[in-house]
Amino acid sequence: MSGALAVSARLAWRNLWRNHRRTLIMLAAISIGVWAMIFMSALMRGMTDQMVRNGLRTLPGEVQVHAPGYRDDPSVANSMAWPQGALLSALQQPPVQAWSARVRVPAMIASERESRGVTLLGVDPASERALGSAPHADEISEGRFLEGPGDDGIVLGAALARKLDTGLGKRVVIMSQDPQNNVADRGMRVVGLFRARLEGTEELYAYTGRQPLQALLNIGDEISEVAASAGDYRHTARWAPALVSAAGPQLEVKTWRELDPYLGTMLRVQDGFSLIFMVVIFAVLSFGLVNTLAMAVFERVREIGLMQALGMRPGAILRLLLLESLYLLLLSLVAGNLAAWLTIKPLERGIDLSIVAEGMAMMGLGTTLYPALAWSDMLFSTAVVVLLGVLASLLPAWRAARLDPVQAINQV
Amino acid sequence: MSAVVCEAVCRTFHQGDALITGLDHVSLEIQPGEFLCLSGPSGSGKTTLLNAIGALDTPDGGEITVGGQRLGSLSRAELAELRLRRIGFVFQAYNLIPVLTARENVEFVMQVQGLSAARRRAVADEMLAAVGLAGLEERRPAQLSGGQQQRVAVARAVASGPDLVLADEPTANLDSHSSAHLMDLFEQLNGERGVTFVIATHDPGVMGYARRLVRMLDGRVVADEAQTPQRMAHE
Repeated sequence: MSGALAVSARLAWRNLWRNHRRTLIMLAAISIGVWAMIFMSALMRGMTDQMVRNGLRTLPGEVQVHAPGYRDDPSVANSMAWPQGALLSALQQPPVQAWSARVRVPAMIASERESRGVTLLGVDPASERALGSAPHADEISEGRFLEGPGDDGIVLGAALARKLDTGLGKRVVIMSQDPQNNVADRGMRVVGLFRARLEGTEELYAYTGRQPLQALLNIGDEISEVAASAGDYRHTARWAPALVSAAGPQLEVKTWRELDPYLGTMLRVQDGFSLIFMVVIFAVLSFGLVNTLAMAVFERVREIGLMQALGMRPGAILRLLLLESLYLLLLSLVAGNLAAWLTIKPLERGIDLSIVAEGMAMMGLGTTLYPALAWSDMLFSTAVVVLLGVLASLLPAWRAARLDPVQAINQV
Repeated sequence: MSAVVCEAVCRTFHQGDALITGLDHVSLEIQPGEFLCLSGPSGSGKTTLLNAIGALDTPDGGEITVGGQRLGSLSRAELAELRLRRIGFVFQAYNLIPVLTARENVEFVMQVQGLSAARRRAVADEMLAAVGLAGLEERRPAQLSGGQQQRVAVARAVASGPDLVLADEPTANLDSHSSAHLMDLFEQLNGERGVTFVIATHDPGVMGYARRLVRMLDGRVVADEAQTPQRMAHE
């Protein structure tokens, strides 16, 4: 370290503690601001994650492969062959962590009293579980989930069962169309009921084994879609192109952002909102920081004049004041980040918001909010604080560096 | 080469609508190793001349050369460098940095100059011992008396090895005993190290130490005479 820098570093540190009370008040204010930034980011990230994941569970999957035309007409007529060759190879190696081939068709389901339109999913339970799209064990409220791709039972959402006035062990009739537009129907026994975070999900989806549904629809080994996941929905653009080239032109590969632009837009809006929130919080704090530094300069005009007289260059004076500000910012960042870590980590198990369940459901959220602390948010808030803090400190520091030494030394 | 050359130096100040003459065509040449006092009543221009020679203030007219460098041709950074390398200052008020210890204050200029820590410490301790402050190195200014603080300022002014020390009313806040000690110290440093001293004062006791006395009045040099130094009595 150069001599001037070393002396600046020492002076800046000691100057910071000349007025303990003012420094501690400012330190507390910035720390609380940093904590608030990270805490709000964690809440928003948790909400966004939950909304997107809920959305992906009903899509489901981060990337989907379809036959062309399936998105416009999601009927059995637009089925695709079981993945083979390059596509199968791409699905079976990293970064793809899980994939599932499923039949997904619109169908009518009827009990002895009611009938409803549903999306019927013919699945392989093991691969759906790996993908995270099948109901978890704790979400099965009665009975069981499917035991394999050949299971010919049906699992309904609890809300759908209620509306159909049916229940576990009863038979329902499934009716859909085969590729020749003939009605395909059969009776199935309800083997399980599931609960979802959103009632709409419970009403919309019914699960059965893939093979019985393929047989019912008379489509052989064909499927409606392949869903794949790499475990990080935010970065699908990094690996989806590999699937596109593996699938070739005869198949359509879409990321969840393309499949549900609303979700993608919401994610961007939330990220943008986080940035605005951080900047606004720290912009307000910056006034306090500028005031602290301006007071520090005002109280030390003679001293600054003296240092200039002794040969300290204006640039070194500027650096001294900026270092003082930087020390304050860094201490506040350590305290703020630590406080955020200590308060958010215990809350990651979930905050019970069942008291506002309806409002949460409208936002596509469950009744428990899971704040998500991300290193990127902590780093980002640190960068915002350091950048804006140093910018805010530039003016008083520059003024100090421009002081006339004679006037400064003679100031009473 | 002269230590300082002032040629027809002028400096005016605005005070409201009035124009005050600080220096009025002052010409002066100071040789290396001189012990010179600027005397005169308040407002005669002593401090203004000292500030101009010390590259702290810029004259309106004329030319000042310090150690062969024309101040008018130097940038702010170059002037700072000149002050750092060649000039030591002792001000009327003690002007130490309150958050630094006595040793750190003496080391300050040397550290900005880039001297090694070991060298700085050795010189600082030697200088503090020379000004009679051995054992007080770790004290901060608030823990020192006025006289002790001024001695720290002197140690700082000479520790970095300047060619020229400028002192503005260095004894103004000291009792007569401390004043005598300080002037003895200046004389000793001048004699032993050959440092040029220019001291602005209106204290007759201080003037007695000078080998050359320059009297100023209304911004002009009215007398410039050599004299035989006379030490102050230590009461």
